[in-house]
Amino acid sequence: MSGPSDFQPTNPALKWIERRLPIMGLMHSSFVAYPTPRNLNYWWTFGAILSLMLGVQILTGVILAMHYTPHADLAFKSVELIVRDVNYGWLLRNIHASGASMFFFAVYIHMFRGLYYGSYKEPREVLWILGVIIYLLMMATGFMGYVLPWGQMSFWGATVITNLFSAVPYFGESIVTLLWGGYSVGNPTLNRFFSLHYLLPFVIAGVVVLHIWALHVAGQNNPAGVEPKTEKDTVAFTPYATMKDMFGVSCFLLFFAWFIFYMPNYLGDAENYIPANPAVTPAHIVPEWYYLPFYAILRSIPNKLAGVVAMFGAILILAFLPWLDSAKTRSSKYRPLAKQFFWMFVVVCIGLGYLGAQPPEGIYVIVGRILTFLYFAYFLILLPLLSRIEKPRPVPNSIADDVLAKTGRKAAPMVSSVIALLVAGGLLLGGAESARAAEGGTKPPAEKWSFAGPFGKFDRGALQRGLKVYKEVCASCHGLSFVAFRNLAEAGGPGYSVAQAQAFASEYKVKDGPNDQGDMFERPGRPADYFPSPFPNEQAARAANGGAYPPDLSLITKARSYGRGFPMFLIDFFTQYQEQGPDYVAALLQGYEDKAPAGVTLPEGSSYNKYFPGHAIKMPKPLNDGQVTYDDGSPATVAQYAKDVTTFLMWAAEPHMEARKALGLQVFVFLILLTVLLYFTKKKVWANAH
Amino acid sequence: MTTASSADHPTRRDFLYVATGAVAAVGAAATVWPLVSQMNPDASTIAAGAPIEVDLTPIAEGQDIKVFWRGKPIYISHRTKKQIDEARKVPVASLPDPQSDEARVKPGHDQWLVVVGICTHLGCIPIAHEGAYDGFFCPCHGSVYDTSGRIRQGPAPTNLPVPPYTFVSDTKIQIG
Ligand code: FES
Repeated sequence: MSGPSDFQPTNPALKWIERRLPIMGLMHSSFVAYPTPRNLNYWWTFGAILSLMLGVQILTGVILAMHYTPHADLAFKSVELIVRDVNYGWLLRNIHASGASMFFFAVYIHMFRGLYYGSYKEPREVLWILGVIIYLLMMATGFMGYVLPWGQMSFWGATVITNLFSAVPYFGESIVTLLWGGYSVGNPTLNRFFSLHYLLPFVIAGVVVLHIWALHVAGQNNPAGVEPKTEKDTVAFTPYATMKDMFGVSCFLLFFAWFIFYMPNYLGDAENYIPANPAVTPAHIVPEWYYLPFYAILRSIPNKLAGVVAMFGAILILAFLPWLDSAKTRSSKYRPLAKQFFWMFVVVCIGLGYLGAQPPEGIYVIVGRILTFLYFAYFLILLPLLSRIEKPRPVPNSIADDVLAKTGRKAAPMVSSVIALLVAGGLLLGGAESARAAEGGTKPPAEKWSFAGPFGKFDRGALQRGLKVYKEVCASCHGLSFVAFRNLAEAGGPGYSVAQAQAFASEYKVKDGPNDQGDMFERPGRPADYFPSPFPNEQAARAANGGAYPPDLSLITKARSYGRGFPMFLIDFFTQYQEQGPDYVAALLQGYEDKAPAGVTLPEGSSYNKYFPGHAIKMPKPLNDGQVTYDDGSPATVAQYAKDVTTFLMWAAEPHMEARKALGLQVFVFLILLTVLLYFTKKKVWANAH
Repeated sequence: MTTASSADHPTRRDFLYVATGAVAAVGAAATVWPLVSQMNPDASTIAAGAPIEVDLTPIAEGQDIKVFWRGKPIYISHRTKKQIDEARKVPVASLPDPQSDEARVKPGHDQWLVVVGICTHLGCIPIAHEGAYDGFFCPCHGSVYDTSGRIRQGPAPTNLPVPPYTFVSDTKIQIG
């Protein structure tokens, strides 16, 4: 895109096209011959990673839309059926859902990199503003996508975010009604969100083209922050930047695959495994992690309108950055003060993110206000001031000089980062110790599960026993509406044969019809049928249970979670701990006590359970020793029942768990091999450049 | 980047380039698989394609009914004596898609014709008891089938297919 191309195809057919549409020349000058500063570090790879993620999200999104139903009554179920029944549906959904997080992760690094190296400065202002626009579009797209599964968080997140617009003076209420297309968030809202969620990525792609165009006009910034002057300052995009980016992308894919295959629900909210219910609001409404800093800013301001303005202002202020910071030196490498304040700003942003996930009370509110002030102070006070008072260090004469200077001192940053890693590791371990000391209260104890960890598999015996416990005990109140009888005979399940599953199904009576006479009738279950619910509808279930609604158990182990506190989530990430749900369910089943402890009065019709929040649970103690007979000699105790039935419910929540882990292992072996090969190839290629 | 000498003798570097490219290509090919495979019928669709049972008692002689199996219409005709004779009189060799009537029904159940009601031309639904042969007539491009569901006139290349079915009892069949 910089000047006329010198690309000359030799093939006559290509020549013919090139004369009429010089697209190959454009590609050649943009992605092959394009000169790249030779000192780019790996922070620059996130641009390539972002292009990849946009492609991945569009591709998987288009596919998921082929199986998704945008209707308030069917959306939740259609997502569950994608995961359970569509060939590789679980994989595609995990890629798309974790992909959104990866996309934001990459964009934040990309933005912080721009901030640190002054990539917004003259002549790249338009490039930067286009980036802010992309970021805003991403936020809108991500939000609307999160609404589509129509779970509890989706529904209430949509309600809360759309209500932001009610802060607009005079027109607020009308704007919100306009956004909803109804009197509350409902089917019309879901339909338009689906439409827009499908549309916006293509708008993003359009702005990305402009962003890259602007990049190729102004040229890439680089860690030294000086413009390339001579040939020696640059290398050709292909193969140098291409190989480096491919290696970087491959490393990133390893990180991404960790989530897809081993931590698929780590970044989501458990509450979203409960179908949307307009009658009940979740205890805490939290947005996805990538919106948390702005959410914290919103909540820090005690005035509705001002809060909303501050939140949007926090994003829009980025667009004015080129004028707020008028320092002549681009890279913070040569700005001793700006460098320190930059890192403080990073800490402020992370702090805001942490606060966004905490309940808005007590100390959190105060710290939230301080950090909100610091956030704006960085842009409005500090940067304008710094650019006037700071005396930057001299910048290198050219990129080539910068590269030469670097080869001399390589050990120092390595040593410091190793020390930093050690300190961080120590902090983590210390945190783990203190967290373990806090255990034993009402936190459910961690059980040993056969399915835990990257190689964990379901214990077939436990699955079969658990099914028996479910059928004889739980099924009298709870449904299992996303599990079909045929699932019992599928790979990764309780290990039934097709005939056994068929026999199991035929023991059930299933409502069918209408027949030719127009009547409903009952018939024996077939493998294609789903486990029937004991009650025809929610009202009947409530009436039979003293007003308490027995939830469907298909997803109960995924819908339950409990706080594990700060640094535990880091440890959970490395240990792939995802058993909050099953730990909680198993603990709850065993947590009943006949008599409430002294001083605790239970409401009428409740039982005391030490693991239930508030300890007063409507469900009476469901399991007693000796209640279900086991033929395989396992002890007939509550502890064993609880463990077995929870294992079964874990399978009911994710029938493809074993397939996920098995494919994950193959993908990891492949990616590690590819990454190693790319590393050496990249080294060989770059050897030519020095 | 191959120098003149390495063009003749593959070097370690060339090997590295080829290996990297090959592994990346394998990865790309493997990635395509799930993206294509998801288009195939999903597990619930396959399960819903299970065999169905049809009770024949309410179907009077000379009548036919249409049932659905795997989303396809299946004609079940209770043929009259006259219709069976018509189907059997035709010399098989004169047919565009030669097949005897006996081969298209179950032995001992000559009166029952069970065919997939989808025209073998381009997939329209033929109308029963229409056309010159008292069988099926496809209004789309004029294919005419006889009382055995065999093609007699028009562009359709083959007879109406007979779906897999068995007699569970004298008055009940299972399709699929
Ligand atoms: S589809 Fe029946 S004749 Fe063409």
